[in-house]
Amino acid sequence: MTEIRLETRALSRYFGALMAVQGIDFKLDAGARHALIGPNGAGKTTFINLLTGVLPASDGRILLKGRDITGKAQAERVKLGIARTFQINRLFRGLTVLENVCMSVAERVGAAGSMLYPAGRRTDIIDESMQLLQTLKLAADAGHRVSELPYGRQRLVELAITIGLKPEVLLLDEPAAGVPSAESHIILDAIERLPEDIAVLIIEHDMDVVFRFAKRVTVMVSGAIFAEGTPREIEANSQVRAVYLGQAGQRSGESADGG
Amino acid sequence: MNAAAASETNNVEASPAALLENPAARILSRRHRLRWWEALPWILGIVFYFAFPDYLGFGAELLVTILFALSLDLALGYAGIITLGHAAFFGAGAYTVGMLAYYSVWSEPITSLALAAVAAAVIGALSGLVLLRTKGLTLLMLTLCTMALLEQAANMAHDYTGGFDGLPSLAIAPVFGVFEFNPLYADTQYLYALGVLLVCFGFVRTLVYSAFGQSLTGIRENVLRMHAIGSPVRRRLVICYTISAAIAGVAGGLWAQTNAYVNLSTLGLDRAATVLIVLILGGYGRLYGAFVGAVVYLALEHFLAQLYPTAWQLGLGLLLVVIALFARNGILGLGEALWRRCRDALSRRKRAGSAAS
Repeated sequence: MTEIRLETRALSRYFGALMAVQGIDFKLDAGARHALIGPNGAGKTTFINLLTGVLPASDGRILLKGRDITGKAQAERVKLGIARTFQINRLFRGLTVLENVCMSVAERVGAAGSMLYPAGRRTDIIDESMQLLQTLKLAADAGHRVSELPYGRQRLVELAITIGLKPEVLLLDEPAAGVPSAESHIILDAIERLPEDIAVLIIEHDMDVVFRFAKRVTVMVSGAIFAEGTPREIEANSQVRAVYLGQAGQRSGESADGG
Repeated sequence: MNAAAASETNNVEASPAALLENPAARILSRRHRLRWWEALPWILGIVFYFAFPDYLGFGAELLVTILFALSLDLALGYAGIITLGHAAFFGAGAYTVGMLAYYSVWSEPITSLALAAVAAAVIGALSGLVLLRTKGLTLLMLTLCTMALLEQAANMAHDYTGGFDGLPSLAIAPVFGVFEFNPLYADTQYLYALGVLLVCFGFVRTLVYSAFGQSLTGIRENVLRMHAIGSPVRRRLVICYTISAAIAGVAGGLWAQTNAYVNLSTLGLDRAATVLIVLILGGYGRLYGAFVGAVVYLALEHFLAQLYPTAWQLGLGLLLVVIALFARNGILGLGEALWRRCRDALSRRKRAGSAAS
């Protein structure tokens, strides 16, 4: 029996009359590799924003390891173990790659509030950040400014910052979006090497990625869960094929704005 | 290796090999160390004392301006708090020192400065709690409003503050009970201001290179990401704003002590705008921009005013336009870029030379 890391009960979010997310019951176990798919505008990113506290829920509850976190602020939820990446990079562009990762590691170990101790003497933080960069094959870029890196490498930094938080629940919002397909395998390799125990939820448009990575798949349509199952079940589900996979021919032309 | 394995190395002695190998890690772990050229401003400060004994009053004004600009650099340059009302704290400090001395409550200079810092910090913390919920133009307007409110309060409470005329001829006790403030010879004022600046600068420098200072840079660079890595952004901003206000208060108190009076000019938009110009001129977010900016601004003001007493601000305006167009990072930023270009050109020539031979 695996532990349930994250659970939502009848989670909803309205924007005026628009039901962006409605009545979602969802469970994420420890060690889960779960994909969230659905057409653009289905509410996937809104769902992630509700889980991380970027948006307050209109209705319903969110439980992290059985503890109600619905009213908690974003930063508190991070401390409790939920971390995310963004669909569009949100990096400290003027800082070096190493500084970017140190920022999240320092925040996690609780050093970032210390005012009189030089950050440079916390070699434990710098060392851990360097090791993380090494595992992501980013060590050679450690001294480069993020803004100087090609987009694919920037996506890796996005991932590195989040992994530096050592989350128990990791939410990946289209981690390979905008990355040339020749480079996307680097990101996918990195995701596959994540510690097994982390519960991972990934929003992804690329079905190859979904079927390679996920053990379970949830399909969202119009703000509600449309189907859930193993990748094989989802692939075989004729209704899903009709609303979503049926559009496979057009998928490559879709913009990456999720929804 | 994975992140779980990385957790095993989460202690100070952990494999220093990876750390020392990488130049980026080396730079980061040594960034807080003092470099030789950091002694220059202080050497120049002492040289100025001996070389220009007739200009020590001007020198003290310069040191106060540096300190004020330094306080703004912490809020604006590091944390990215856009403010046009920083003179509110300068004035709060100045009036604290001024009123205490004028009504003969307290005139010991160093403790007076501490009280000035506290008064300014209280105003900074209270206004910051409200203001720092906003950003951008709204924040700019609200900081301006806070300052205007304080200025009007000081104007209307003329029974206590002297209103428009201010409080003249403050009697400040001697520094350490020994060195008297002589209005004719400003050598005590100058050295005292230099000492206060040194102490405050040491504090700001420590702060900037701490993990807290790094997180302020993170807030400036990408506040949304800071939220997403669990940083208590609002608290950090309020703390930073409060400290910045306290240092501005010290600068204001110092101004009142070295000039032996206070008036509404300490609280005005003129002063707030000037310090902003000083910082932009020198280069913000780099500690020493305050020094360079203040020297250039006051020197220009001094010489241009002698050349064209009626239109000296024209020259200053033109310089600002040039800075805004060609040197976004101020004079220091321009210097850094030139230095880097020279170094690259030199190393390229060296490489070309060795390749040819």
